[in-house]
Amino acid sequence: MLTLVLTFVGLTAVTFTIGRVMPADPVLAVIGDRAPQSAYDRVYLEMGLDRPIYEQYGRYLNELAHGDLGKSIMTSQPVLEDIKRFFPATLELATIATLMGIFIGVPMGVLAAVNQGRLIDHVVRILGLIGYSIPVFWLGMVALLIFYGNLGWVAGPGRIDVYYNGIVDTITGFILIDAALAKEWDIFWNAVSHLILPATLLGAFALAYIARMTRSFMLDQLNQEYILTARVKGAGEGAVIWRHAFRNVLVQLITIIGLTYASLLEGSVLTETVFSWPGIGQYITTSLFNADMSAVLGGTVVVGTCFVGINMLSDMLYKLVDPRARS
Amino acid sequence: MTDTTKSQPSTGLHAWLMSPTPQSITQARCQRSYVSWLVFRRNPIGMTGLFIILALLFMAAFAPLLTATNGLEPELANRLKPFSSEHWFGTDQLGRDIYDRIVWGSRITLYIVGLVSIIVVPVGLVIGTVAGYLGGWVDNALMRFTDIFLAFPRLILALALVAALGPGIENAVLAIALTTWSPYARIARAEVLTIRKSEFILAAQAQGASTFRILRRHVLPMCLSSVIVRLTLDMAGIILTAAGLGFLGLGAQPPTPEWGAMISTGRQLLLDQWWVPTVPGIAIFVVSLGFCLLGDGLRDALDPKNSGT
Repeated sequence: MLTLVLTFVGLTAVTFTIGRVMPADPVLAVIGDRAPQSAYDRVYLEMGLDRPIYEQYGRYLNELAHGDLGKSIMTSQPVLEDIKRFFPATLELATIATLMGIFIGVPMGVLAAVNQGRLIDHVVRILGLIGYSIPVFWLGMVALLIFYGNLGWVAGPGRIDVYYNGIVDTITGFILIDAALAKEWDIFWNAVSHLILPATLLGAFALAYIARMTRSFMLDQLNQEYILTARVKGAGEGAVIWRHAFRNVLVQLITIIGLTYASLLEGSVLTETVFSWPGIGQYITTSLFNADMSAVLGGTVVVGTCFVGINMLSDMLYKLVDPRARS
Repeated sequence: MTDTTKSQPSTGLHAWLMSPTPQSITQARCQRSYVSWLVFRRNPIGMTGLFIILALLFMAAFAPLLTATNGLEPELANRLKPFSSEHWFGTDQLGRDIYDRIVWGSRITLYIVGLVSIIVVPVGLVIGTVAGYLGGWVDNALMRFTDIFLAFPRLILALALVAALGPGIENAVLAIALTTWSPYARIARAEVLTIRKSEFILAAQAQGASTFRILRRHVLPMCLSSVIVRLTLDMAGIILTAAGLGFLGLGAQPPTPEWGAMISTGRQLLLDQWWVPTVPGIAIFVVSLGFCLLGDGLRDALDPKNSGT
């Protein structure tokens, strides 16, 4: 718990520092460079820039606690409102990718461990190496070229075709759920067709990591004596693998899946750029090019908090499931 | 029998390196490296990685001899030429030879990973060894500090930092370094904790060596092999993050032949002149893969206890 608080303090301290050391003048960002000196001085005082730094930081934390992330210059709306609009798209992508990683990666990893040295084992190893070495934005481009440009199997960039925009009411922000709730099945399938390529791509990276880790955890377990005992007692191979070894792996897997989910949330920045996906990553990068600092820092704080939160949550789950880690 | 071999050491480098009784510290060190090398040499995966990285170093070192141009000057008459014997990887939208740009770009890649390493390793090592060796509240404070950085989202933080400091290679390096050093501190601390109570440390203390000398001469060298393995495995991630920042337009700026930026500027050409963004992507992939393979091999050679995973 202390670590959580400290990490959050560290995160906000960094975003706060970045906001202050940045070369551009925060006052000019609010009033523009043609305002008279008197207006400048007034805003300067209103923003509390004459106060000592620790007081400004306290004020910043207080604003954060009240959900005030400042106002975006680009959209002239509160940053929090913007993020509420953009974040579900990222969440949808990362969630589906992580689910793919779990449902394909975990069985693959188990199979690789059981069949060590055979084909499936090599496949997992090679997938892992590729996952660590290939630039995701480049693979996304090439995939878009092949499956959208040449083969036409999937829909192109964006979350949905333009003429479907705004038909479905935003309830959850997840377009698949919203479309299903509104029973607009055309839109639902259109969204699926847009989602499938970026999700598969991110899912492949999640899969590579999850499968590799599952394999190594499983190997650790399979080499232990209790497995031998189970076999000697005549337990079937399926029972040995799934009931004995896998149940012990499950605990470690929680941490890995948490890490994957968190890293997909932030790693989607590049994928979103390639696929013009209207998520938080794209929001941050476009704000960045418009020198919209409150939007960039607001996005950073939100993603950072999720990142830290998920990591901590998986730590806590770990302790909940594994009595040895509780002491 | 043993007497004769001792008084008359058989000649040859191999014999000197395999002698069971090293005569000097230098010889002992060389022997250890040599044995690691013998282990490493039998690992085809590691050797492939080593070959790729040596090729990269060769390219970077002899770039002026390997290329006809410096890859910066536009040559508009030669725009968007496909592969040919004259332009091995074709030319880009400004008529620059893509092969030449890839070769010159290898220097930038090495510059980035080199710069990140020389920031990250010393910082991590110092914080980790000090925390592990001194223990107590120093350890607690330093490790909490490390944990904070360990939990940071790397790419997003790099984005925010580059946004504040302005785009450019050095700022990208700084941003990457800031989010990369913490695992090294953890590794160094873990190593130190296992050797802190060893007899050779006690012996050094008994001889009156200062804490600084013990840390520098006895503790640090013990951490190096795990740090080197980790660094090699991290290289791929560093290269990919740098390329990603370049791709977003926040790393190296045009006309610098940085591979990520080359993909970014060639992006619109993907449909008709596919080679312009494709070749640099393959270059990034091959180099990252090389570091991954090399790291795998090094881990098996230097750190036998972890070779199973």
